[in-house]
Amino acid sequence: MSSLEIKNLHVSIGAKEIIKGLTLTIGAGEVHALMGPNGTGKSTLSKAIAGHPDYTVTQGDVLLDGKSILKMEPDERARAGIFLAFQYPSEIPGVSIANFIRSAVQAKLGEGEELDASGYYKRLYEKMDLLKIDRKFTSRAVNDGFSGGEKKRCEILQMAMLAPKFALMDETDSGLDIDALRIVSEGVNQLRGPGLGILLITHYQRLLDYIVPDKVHVMWDGRIVREGDKSLALELEAKGYDWVKKEFATA
Amino acid sequence: MANIETIANEPAPGSAVSGIDQSAGNFRYEEKHDFDAGTGLTERTVDYISAVKKEAPWIKDFRLAALKTFLARPLPTHWATRDLENINFDKIRYYLSNGQKPKRTWDEVPDDIKRTFERLGIPEQERKFLAGVEAQFDSEAAYSNIKEAVSKQGVIFVNSTEGLREHPEIFRKWFGKVIPTGDNKFSALNSAVFSGGSFIYVPPGVKVSHPLQAYFRINAENFGQFERTLIIADEGSEVTYMEGCTAPKFSTTTLHSAVVELVALKGAKIQYITVQNWSSNVFNLVTKRGLAHEEAEIKWIDCNIGSRLTMKYPGVVLKGRKARGEVVSIALANDGQHQDTGAKMIHAADETTSNIIAKSISVGQGRSTYRGVVHIPRHLKGCRNNTECDALLINTNSRTDTYPAITVRGSANSVQHEASVSKVSDEQIFYMRQRGLTEAQAMSLSVNGFINDLTRQFPMEYSVELKRLIDLEMEGSVG
Repeated sequence: MSSLEIKNLHVSIGAKEIIKGLTLTIGAGEVHALMGPNGTGKSTLSKAIAGHPDYTVTQGDVLLDGKSILKMEPDERARAGIFLAFQYPSEIPGVSIANFIRSAVQAKLGEGEELDASGYYKRLYEKMDLLKIDRKFTSRAVNDGFSGGEKKRCEILQMAMLAPKFALMDETDSGLDIDALRIVSEGVNQLRGPGLGILLITHYQRLLDYIVPDKVHVMWDGRIVREGDKSLALELEAKGYDWVKKEFATA
Repeated sequence: MANIETIANEPAPGSAVSGIDQSAGNFRYEEKHDFDAGTGLTERTVDYISAVKKEAPWIKDFRLAALKTFLARPLPTHWATRDLENINFDKIRYYLSNGQKPKRTWDEVPDDIKRTFERLGIPEQERKFLAGVEAQFDSEAAYSNIKEAVSKQGVIFVNSTEGLREHPEIFRKWFGKVIPTGDNKFSALNSAVFSGGSFIYVPPGVKVSHPLQAYFRINAENFGQFERTLIIADEGSEVTYMEGCTAPKFSTTTLHSAVVELVALKGAKIQYITVQNWSSNVFNLVTKRGLAHEEAEIKWIDCNIGSRLTMKYPGVVLKGRKARGEVVSIALANDGQHQDTGAKMIHAADETTSNIIAKSISVGQGRSTYRGVVHIPRHLKGCRNNTECDALLINTNSRTDTYPAITVRGSANSVQHEASVSKVSDEQIFYMRQRGLTEAQAMSLSVNGFINDLTRQFPMEYSVELKRLIDLEMEGSVG
């Protein structure tokens, strides 16, 4: 069984420590929600796990299936099964979605293995049907001139095609209207299963109405300060983040 | 035995001119006095070349007059790079005849070059030619098939020596007329010592269905130092010409100075496609221009990769009403390379239109420069030009400059100019790496995306080769 273990992780940007000893384990097929106010380090955590060069891990470890990934390059981590759904995905002008995903799928194959083009397109169209994405979508250049909703669907499609072991979904709900939120959430629910663990980073409870988590973690000032089941999210919604801040400050 | 040439890909450290030092290196030719013009350039050199080619007196006179012009002209360093001063004209060998063949074994070819050929999927036989193991690539069979097929339609497709000797009545009329000898110092040089290149004549109304490829004529001196090409498309005819290939050409010479003249008569269409990848010791100084008569169309597709310095500005003189000119240009400058490219559109009749799309990519310390001239005089009406030039920088130390010169007079004409500079951002690269692509693959994809709308206009095999070539260039660019 797959697992993603984050152990006493400390992460800095430059000299500033953002994550201050965070521990969290996601088992195969589990969906964990990570909630917390802005600026508390949620996005930093996802970028650090993905290996962004601006983020330095000063202490602790991240283990994928029991093995540390911290010495691996970002692309090695990706090929090992870590997927980051970006809050702000980059544009790649002139490169179609179909071509981009194809390059990524090809990169996961071993040396000398050639992707079967017709098999690839068959799978791509299956996933697009599953996610209710129009066929014309994949001939557009990656994220170029996309609406917020289109960008997020493009991320989910990539996730579906790359079949990671663990997906870190960074504020996937941000910038989405209620219809787009529903469509994207349905997509995630379609992909949910024993092979995919998810860390769902969000600011708002509303996403969790659509994607029901197995566990909820509340983050504040670089640490996890509360853990519970989905009722914790509702409690947060009712009481607001000030409640966490106050409680943590006095604890 | 005499050592006359360097095969060094990179100039030796500490010596800016070693890339053009023709006395060093291990490229060996047997001395054979009969076919040896020696080094340096004097009237004797020109006499010699003319004699070997058994040319008519008018050609020899043309060459001698050109030599005078060449010697009198200064280098254009008042606007171009001073790197030109590193060319040592006295050490260059201006003519190598067929009698001289390089002697170099396949084992002596550097491994990285062999690997490049393999990655590009170059056939075995061609690899040897391109690596300089064989002086000639024996594609005579393919060439004669093409030649035979087109000659049934009355098309003349020969090398320049044969063209001048066998068909002076056609070629003399246009030879040196589109690009006069004195156009610039290097067109004068070419006019003095030219050798090789293609002569093509397409009779009225004939549409040549297959592109004519210089590739098929490699053995006919096509890749010479000073090739001279003249293509004449008679009224209502159509022809596409392709020169070069994406394989790196490990030149035995360090100065390449070609002249290409196109003439499209009334209603004719010429498309000229170049994909060149010179080794980084080469000065590639080329003059290309077309003359478009009434309702004629000339399109240059020009792709420059490699070389130490390339200076090339394909142009169209729009001489007849409703003539159309287009330049589509891609330049990639890697470390130590300078691509100084662009386009010229000279409008000389009413309702003429021109379009320039130039994209450049600078990698590492590579430098790209765009120079464009669009000239529309006051008395003309209904002329239009569209210019778009986009530069992509891969690293923070890459450099790009743009020098557009647009002269439009009168109010009955319109021009549009758009320019952009973009950089492959770290975030974009991280995004792609997060999907499993290596840094080199990510850069390569960005670059291919940047030129995608242009490469789609290339013939299939060229665009596939170009993509593979960019993959290779990017592989070398990341540490």
